[in-house]
Amino acid sequence: MASLIACPHCGPRPKEEFTVRGDAGITRPAPDAREDAWYAYVYLRDNPRGRHKEHWHHTSGCRRWLIVERDTVTHAVYAVTDAAAQGETA
Amino acid sequence: MRYSAFSVFLNALRGNKGWNPAWRSPVPKNRYDVIIVGGGGHGLATAYYLAKEFGVTNVAVLEKGYIGSGNVGRNTTIIRSNYLLQGNNPFYELSMKLWEGLEQDFNFNAMVSQRGVLNLYHSDAQRDAYTRRGNAMRLHGVDADLLDRNAVRQMLPFLDFDNARFPIQGALMQKRGGTVRHDAVAWGYARGADTRGVDIIQNCEVTGIRRENGRVVGVDTSQGFIGCGKLALAAAGNSTSVADMVDMKLPIESHVLQAFVSEGLKPFIDNVVTFGAGHFYVSQSDKGGLVFGGDIDGYNSYAQRGNLATVEHVAEAGVAMIPALSRVRVLRSWGGVMDMSMDGSPIIDRTHIDNLYLNAGWCYGGFKATPASGFCYAHLIAKNEPHETGRAFRLDRFARGRMIDEKGVGSQPNLH
Repeated sequence: MASLIACPHCGPRPKEEFTVRGDAGITRPAPDAREDAWYAYVYLRDNPRGRHKEHWHHTSGCRRWLIVERDTVTHAVYAVTDAAAQGETA
Repeated sequence: MRYSAFSVFLNALRGNKGWNPAWRSPVPKNRYDVIIVGGGGHGLATAYYLAKEFGVTNVAVLEKGYIGSGNVGRNTTIIRSNYLLQGNNPFYELSMKLWEGLEQDFNFNAMVSQRGVLNLYHSDAQRDAYTRRGNAMRLHGVDADLLDRNAVRQMLPFLDFDNARFPIQGALMQKRGGTVRHDAVAWGYARGADTRGVDIIQNCEVTGIRRENGRVVGVDTSQGFIGCGKLALAAAGNSTSVADMVDMKLPIESHVLQAFVSEGLKPFIDNVVTFGAGHFYVSQSDKGGLVFGGDIDGYNSYAQRGNLATVEHVAEAGVAMIPALSRVRVLRSWGGVMDMSMDGSPIIDRTHIDNLYLNAGWCYGGFKATPASGFCYAHLIAKNEPHETGRAFRLDRFARGRMIDEKGVGSQPNLH
């Protein structure tokens, strides 16, 4: 893993300042969605080998939720964006 | 050849020219009754018990690397059965009992050392939680002793008992816990399976799973197509990649866990000790090196290497527990890919395909489970019925709300 994460608000910051929540590719179902949709949302994961988007929280910085796109094999970081900027909620 | 003190003596007289490889390197047959994907500890143990206990000997173990290259050779070698929950406790105790007889059973010196595992507690609340766990263990017939501060001080006088923030109040001890030489576990199971007719095929990566009429008929590999009657997955951190071949989505994320070994020291730490205020566990190997580790790095990873931030965190926790560690030099660190499940407990189950079986989700507790995992999985494959101690590890438990969440943190794999 890269030691520095380029926060869009704070610039390059040490990885220790961030908290990893997990897969940013899953979307919260509607409240009245069927049980299997909720099961998939809570428990099933793509767990890709390669490119992967995750929610990271800049806990010790701007406290914004970010989406970090990186490679799970090489640990290269491709992009870091603000989660709200993409209009995504999870 | 059966290993014994006599065979060692005899071979010494003959210039040690009589030793043969411990297992063959066979060319894969066209078809096997059972193919096991993954030649790690669990895959090899499964093959061993299939052949030995259930009479299924037309078996192949396919390993993409070499035997011992994965997590079975990357862990911190700890064995214990100090679990709280009902689904876990009898299973890990079965594993402990199998460890206790393992060396005689597979005729290989695995250096099983029941040196005792101590979990330190640092507050009244933590003592109460450990008391509860110890009582649960005793109710299941597992040994557990609650030690006070003085008892721990007599055993481990070098701990930082008066740490200003995390003073050590005592420990929960399982005397039967300890360590095992992990490479020897892989080699012993491989040799035991091989002598009973199992083909161990190394450098053979599974690239696809072929199906006909809703059943698995075989696998495509880097050494060509191999047919099978039953297919058993035991691919640990790569479980998702293999399950993808049959469009099966798993409640698993792959994470990297690091481990460390120090330079060799004189005998210093007699037991396995874990820190209750941070995640740190340490034992001393027979060569004298301190073998230790901490938490997973916290992000999805298929790389067998970790991050320096975690190295620093583990070192800090270690020095907080044993101040003398500050002068110890670390020789090596490495990483392994863990199949972190969504409740922290494993899966040993059938799947939506009739003749496809799944063994996965061991998080970072797979090594201690190796014998019981192999035994229960072999039982499931041979009889198509779960073994009674492995019944709770169902794949559908997440959908049915029957999680086995030892730590109580929910479906957040990087917290288990």
